Amino acid sequence: MGGRTLTARIPAKAGTQSGTKRRWFNVALDPRFRGGALLCLALLFAIPSFAQDRLPPAPYAYQQLNDPAKEARAKALMEELRCLVCQGQSIADSDAPLAGDMRHEVRSKIAAGESPDEIKTWLVARYGNWVTYDPPFDAATALLWLGPLLFLAIGGWLAFGRFRRGEGDVEDKA
Amino acid sequence: MKNRWVLFVPLAIMGLLFGAFIYRLVTPAETLIQSQWIDKPMPLFDLPPATAGVPGLKSSQLADGRPRLVNVFASWCIPCRAEAPQLEALKAAGVPIDGIAIRDRPEDVAQFLSEYGNPFDRIGADMQSSVQIALGSSGVPETFLIDGKGIIREQIQGVILAEQVPEIVAKIEAMK
Repeated sequence: MGGRTLTARIPAKAGTQSGTKRRWFNVALDPRFRGGALLCLALLFAIPSFAQDRLPPAPYAYQQLNDPAKEARAKALMEELRCLVCQGQSIADSDAPLAGDMRHEVRSKIAAGESPDEIKTWLVARYGNWVTYDPPFDAATALLWLGPLLFLAIGGWLAFGRFRRGEGDVEDKA
Repeated sequence: MKNRWVLFVPLAIMGLLFGAFIYRLVTPAETLIQSQWIDKPMPLFDLPPATAGVPGLKSSQLADGRPRLVNVFASWCIPCRAEAPQLEALKAAGVPIDGIAIRDRPEDVAQFLSEYGNPFDRIGADMQSSVQIALGSSGVPETFLIDGKGIIREQIQGVILAEQVPEIVAKIEAMK
């Protein structure tokens, strides 16, 4: 895919004190703001590196569906979907704005009567198997599933060979 | 005993495994999640204007025969500021650009455009990232190359660099 050659992403860092025309470095150099600037700098290193928007979360980001059965299905799916921003967390666990919007997306679709499988297929078509913590058995995951069997087979083969030698000639042990 | 080397096979396998683990620890995995929604039609959407004075964006408008860029950005996204001059250069080279503003407020978008310029023909407001998710986009800025039929041909993740501008102009020309 051609996209890779053009890729040079600068990660989005935490937001500045926006709403003013000052650039952050001007603020940081201004003695009046030095304490605050230091605090901001400290925060910059303390929190994950996603930028801050100033919109309230989507309605279903932090609000459950009224129907407990639907909410249970949504929750199960959200725990299986991977957050794209703070990778390594599910969207159910993440507080990133995009994760909130994905929860809203999942709950809205469930509320509209879509099945969790349909939603998962829809997301995988866009983000690939990466987006799910339950990837299907395919060429990429085959080693993961078959690896233990493979190692068991190798171990069995080695043990078998050893026992056979033991039976056959005793001189080998000397 | 001729097959003594067989005894070293488990050790070799463990060595390979540890090598793999150490390699991954030292070079962390690629964390850019590329969109799989490529060579597919633009998802259907109808976004309201992101700010006064610039029209909103409908997916049907992206199939008007003119190849174009759709830039996914946000006023709160710091790298998007660094990308602004390159978008201006693309516009100057005759590449039409539409924008999708993610989780943004009209006044912030207006402020962003007044500070960093407005290369956009239209900007749709994606308040709940729904179009972003439908595009398989995982962050800002991202840019999609759309052909004249409204088919997404390529995704560029992250800031467009100055040296990429001629390449992108050529690709858009080639789609005409």
